[in-house]
This record gives sequence, C-alpha cells and structure tokens, in this order.
Amino acid sequence: MTDFSTAGYLTMDLLRFTTAGSVDDGKSTLIGRLLYDSKSIFEDQYEAIRASSEKRGEEYVNLALLTDGLRAEREQGITIDVAYRYFATPKRKFIIADTPGHIQYTRNMVTGASTANAAIILIDARKGVIEQTMRHTYIASLLRIPHVIVCVNKMDLVEYTEEVFEKIKNDYTSFAAKLEITDVHFLPISALKGDNVVDESKNMDWYKGATLMYLLENLQISNDQNYSDARFPVQYVIRPMSSDHHDYRGYAGRIAGGIFKKGDAVTVLPSGFTSKIKSIDILDESLEEAFAPMSVTLTLEDEIDISRGDMIAKTDNLPEITQDIEIMICWLADKQLQLNGKYALRHTSKEVRCVVKDIQYKVNINTLEKIKDDKIIRLNDIACITIKTTTPIAIDKYKKNRNTGSVILIDEASNITVGAGMII
Amino acid sequence: MKNYNLTHLKELESESIYVLRELAAQFERPALLFSGGKDSIVCFHLARKAFAPAKIPFPLVHVDTGHNFEETIVFRDELAKKYNAQLIVGSVQQSIDEGKAIEEKGFNASRNILQTVTLLDTIEKYKFDACIGGARRDEEKARAKERFFSHRDEFGQWDPKNQRPELWNLFNGKKHLGENFRVFPISNWTEMDVWQYILQENIEIPSIYYTHERECFVRDGVIYAHSNVIPLKPTEKVEKMQVRFRTIGDISCTGAVLSKATTLEEIVEEVAATRVTERGSRIDDKRSEAAMEDRKKAGYF
Repeated sequence: MTDFSTAGYLTMDLLRFTTAGSVDDGKSTLIGRLLYDSKSIFEDQYEAIRASSEKRGEEYVNLALLTDGLRAEREQGITIDVAYRYFATPKRKFIIADTPGHIQYTRNMVTGASTANAAIILIDARKGVIEQTMRHTYIASLLRIPHVIVCVNKMDLVEYTEEVFEKIKNDYTSFAAKLEITDVHFLPISALKGDNVVDESKNMDWYKGATLMYLLENLQISNDQNYSDARFPVQYVIRPMSSDHHDYRGYAGRIAGGIFKKGDAVTVLPSGFTSKIKSIDILDESLEEAFAPMSVTLTLEDEIDISRGDMIAKTDNLPEITQDIEIMICWLADKQLQLNGKYALRHTSKEVRCVVKDIQYKVNINTLEKIKDDKIIRLNDIACITIKTTTPIAIDKYKKNRNTGSVILIDEASNITVGAGMII
Repeated sequence: MKNYNLTHLKELESESIYVLRELAAQFERPALLFSGGKDSIVCFHLARKAFAPAKIPFPLVHVDTGHNFEETIVFRDELAKKYNAQLIVGSVQQSIDEGKAIEEKGFNASRNILQTVTLLDTIEKYKFDACIGGARRDEEKARAKERFFSHRDEFGQWDPKNQRPELWNLFNGKKHLGENFRVFPISNWTEMDVWQYILQENIEIPSIYYTHERECFVRDGVIYAHSNVIPLKPTEKVEKMQVRFRTIGDISCTGAVLSKATTLEEIVEEVAATRVTERGSRIDDKRSEAAMEDRKKAGYF
C-alpha cells in the first residue's frame, strides 16, 4: 500500500471522478494502470488477474480485469454497470466511478457523472474525436462536472507524435466551445505502456505538462461546492422523548449548500415561518458553524411545525418556491416518457407527485441540435420538459447548486427510477 | 476566505449519516445487520451520531452461525446493553435443526453460505423492509457494483444487471409488498478508512482484532484458530502463535495474521504496510471467481 502517515491521512481530502470512453479506448486499462502504479493493488488481487490473463491466453497481465466485476462482463470483456474503485496517495483519496461507454449505457454515465468533481474523457489517438467523445463531453457539461481531463490514449500506436495530439486537441476545443465547460486539461498518454499516467513519459519530450496522477492530486476542488446559498433540507425529525431530553426537537439533515451559523435568521419553506438557529449538534458536540456537505442536527429558537421534506434556508437568501419547473431530463427507462403522464418526483428530501405538461425539445447529443418535431423520449434520450408538481417545492437552478437543483422521476407502477432531471 | 474543505474522513462520515437518515425516513421496519466485526461496529457508531440524542431507531440483527468467536458474542451483548439497543439473534443452528439448511461436510466445511437461509427467514419473521449492511465496495469485485439502496425481490435476490440508477444523493426506496432493500452506508469506505476512523473516534472493537496468543494451525497457507468446528487433518499440527484477525467472520473461514499490534495505531501501521487484501484471508471468497456474486444474487449480505 501507499506509505502514508496517520497525521497525513487525517488531512487528506476527497476527489470523486468519473471515466468515460468508447469500447476499446482502454478505459479499464487506464484505471488498472492508476491503481497498479499507485501501488493500490494487493498481491492477491494481482495474482488473481495474472492467473485469469493466463487462462484467457493473453500475453501480458491484463490490468483491465481488475475492474470487470460481474461474470458476464468477464466473459464478454465489457463493463455493464457503474463500478466504484478506490485508491489513495499521500495527498488525496480518490473514488472512481467507472462507467461503460457503449451507447445503450448512457444512463450509467449520467449516474457516475452526477456525483463527480472531475471527468476523464478518453480518446483513442488513432480515431480522434468521434461521436461518443462528443456525447461524453455533452453529458459532462450537462451534469456540470467542474473539471474535465481529456486523455488522448494509445499514443504508442501513433509513434508518440505531437501532431496527432495537437490535432485532436484542436478538434476537441472547437467542439467544446459550444458547451459550458470551465476547466479542461489535455494529456497525451499510453495507459498500456504507462506513459504520463503516474510516471512521466520518456517518449514524448515535446509534452511539458503534468502527468495524469499529478493533475488528479492537484486539481483545485475547494471551490466546487456552493458556499454562498445556505440550504438545509430536513431529512428526519429527532424527538428523543426521554427524561434527559424531554423537549429536544432536532432537525436532522445534510447541508446542501452554504454555511449555517448559530444565531442565523432562517426561514422554513414552504411554510415561510421564521426563527433563529439555536444549536448545531452532532452526537455530543455542539458546533458554532457548519457547511456543505456536513450532516448535522439543527435546533431552532421557536417551536415550529417542521417535517421531512421542508427546507431551512437563511432568511436573506431564499430559494424559489414553485410548482412549475423546467428541467433537462435524461431518460433512464425502456418505457418512454409520457406527455401528461404522472410520476413521483424526489427533490432533496421531499417527495411529491408531478405531471409532465410539455416536451419542448429533444437534444441530439451528437450534434447538440434541438429536435422539436420528434417528441418521443426513449431510453438514453435527453430532453427539455416542463412539469407541474402537486405542491410547491423550494428549488435552485442546477447551475447554481447540484443538490437543490436536481430531481429524479419515479414510475409509480414499477417503482423504478425513470428520469434524472436538472432544473434550468 | 476561511477554508471550508472537509477532510475525506469527515466527508465519508457525513455521507454515511445521510444514508442512515434516508433509510430511517424511507422505511418502516429497518434493521442493522450486526456481525460484531469492525464494519458493522462503525455502522453502529455512525447510527448513534445520526440520531443522537435519541436512541437508534432500529434493532441490531445478528445472524449467528454458532461458529463465532466467543469474544465477538461477548462484545455484541455488551454493546447492545451499553447503548440500550434491541438485539435480535437469528440462529443458523436452528435453521439446520429445522431442516431448512444442510450442513456442509468435509475438512473445509463452513456455515457461511447457510447464513443466507437464516437471514432471509429472520427478515420474513420480523417483516424487515430494509437491512443495513457494513459491506464496502472496495472489498470485492461484485460489491463494487452495489448501490447504497440495493433492491431485493420478494425472494431476497439481487439482480446486478437491472439495478436502479442512483443519481446525486437521491435514493429511491420505493418497493412492492414483500420486496426489501439492503442499505450500505459505508459503501465508499476502504479498509484503511475504517481503521483510521476507529482510531480517530476511539471506537471500541472486539479484543481479537488486537494481537493475542492463540492455538492455531496452518492449512493451504492460511492460519486458522484451532477449535472444535474445524477438524484437523492428521498432518496438521496445533501450535501457539501471536496473531490477530483482520476481519471477523466464522471461525471456519476466517484466517488470522501474525501480528504484534497491541494498539489501534499499530493496527493502522500494519494495515498500511500489508500487501494482501483483507478478504485474502477469507476462504469463502476463494471458492470460484464469482463466489461473492453468486452468493449475493441468492440473497447473501
């Protein structure tokens, strides 16, 4: 394992990233390489994949086998579902959401992207920017992943030439200009040979930038969280009803944005009642202030009727209260979206019902064109729709806050999650 | 501006507490599957944090194979008593006696797989609609694909190819009658995170995690505790060794490691230096490449 001291371990932060690539772009190999070169692979794991590789008649130890979890995946050599991987360096702990690249599994990429700070997008140096690259980039921008790292892989198969890399970089930049992506990095790598993954490449003197690992360790993520709009969705009301805590009434939840301090004037939504924060508790501790994404329990100065699904916000900065919501939706189910259909909707800790009032347009995610004449929304489609909820909910735009700006739609007959929505 | 960055341990803690509170809000009869191992102990500690100053709003459920280390059972009972938690024990021995489960035979016989029968029976008896497990995604490749809220059909089965997508922090715990969920609050923790957290929070753990002298024998390169549940082969010799356990499962399938660690700090150092995964000493995973996947599909933890 990586050698790190206890003191260092206790100050590390956490970076969640997702990886996207087409079939055979070498995504699993890249992850295997990151794990292997950062010494996060144990001897018994290595031994298991070495034996598997040998059994399959492969010439070298296939690092991709580290990430293929299910039997069908090993048999078919593909990734079916989002798999989560973990590794740590002395600087940071990493969580990788490894998502498949084939077209039918776009929903998994959206899933992986929804919690990521960064996205690695893989491009095969021989193929350049293709349709799937555009789709992956569009999803990264739609889900507002703050950092995008474009890895031009298989540089060993194009003789490590700078021109190939530069051309792909230019093609990508002109495409991405149409999208809202704030922070993009480009790297020429070979996951198979290890160039610029953890160790600097000896084959590409022309490249003066950082290795992938260095970049991952040093991305500035402290500004990714929203610290200006204080939002606290109430998850659970704590009433001990014991002799020690007879009158205790605490509102448990995870801060979805901003900073709360003791004494802050707050408004409870949708009721509109106001009060002040009396205490911010966690087990035996009482805090002066707390910030996103901390899980705490708030108590208020006044006795107000508050229940799960209510939102506590600072009185000087309130979210919008509305029943009519416009969202970009990614459809996740085989059964198509029903215009005028009713769905259960989950937003923070609140669950309401909603009806689909209008389908404005569908997005061609390969060309980014708005399609207005075909309003049939199928699995993996992305569309702009308007919904109306049964009761008002307190929302922010997704652009402003990923926690208070996102919703899921649930089919009420099957109970399956059918849509992922971002409020615009 | 002040630095409002959370350390990764604090962020993981916060995520797990969030998951536990979602569970308590979305389900009517949840339960915490408690094995007495470090992962379930950490889950219990997180549950105390999630609901303080109230008691945790669900019982502890232990599926007792009858092949547990005595130290684990003593620890379990003391913990439940100390925090005034309800403890429900499902007995594999009883499932065997009732003819619902059949004991494996041979030198490497284990009751590990039989636990599934007792677990599903206990869930049905108490009508639990969600069971919290301390499984982590880093443990094993099938577990790497688990959701926080993992749907199980009316037979308790997991369908890995047809899981509900889990986006942002929006968990969908809706279900039909007879179906239930497994909920995994520490999905994103690694073995190292668990130990660092136990150290940081100074959480009590069973004594067998620390080094102690024990009568052991070696089989296929694994150190086993000598006990009446594993018959010795004629060539196997029992000797006293200085060992500790990295995971706690049944005596019949949990290997020990040679260790000098007497404190939590020393355990953390050992874990950091080790070159083998903790499940490397778990014989139950080694039966086939998809051993865990098969057991999970059938309703295992």
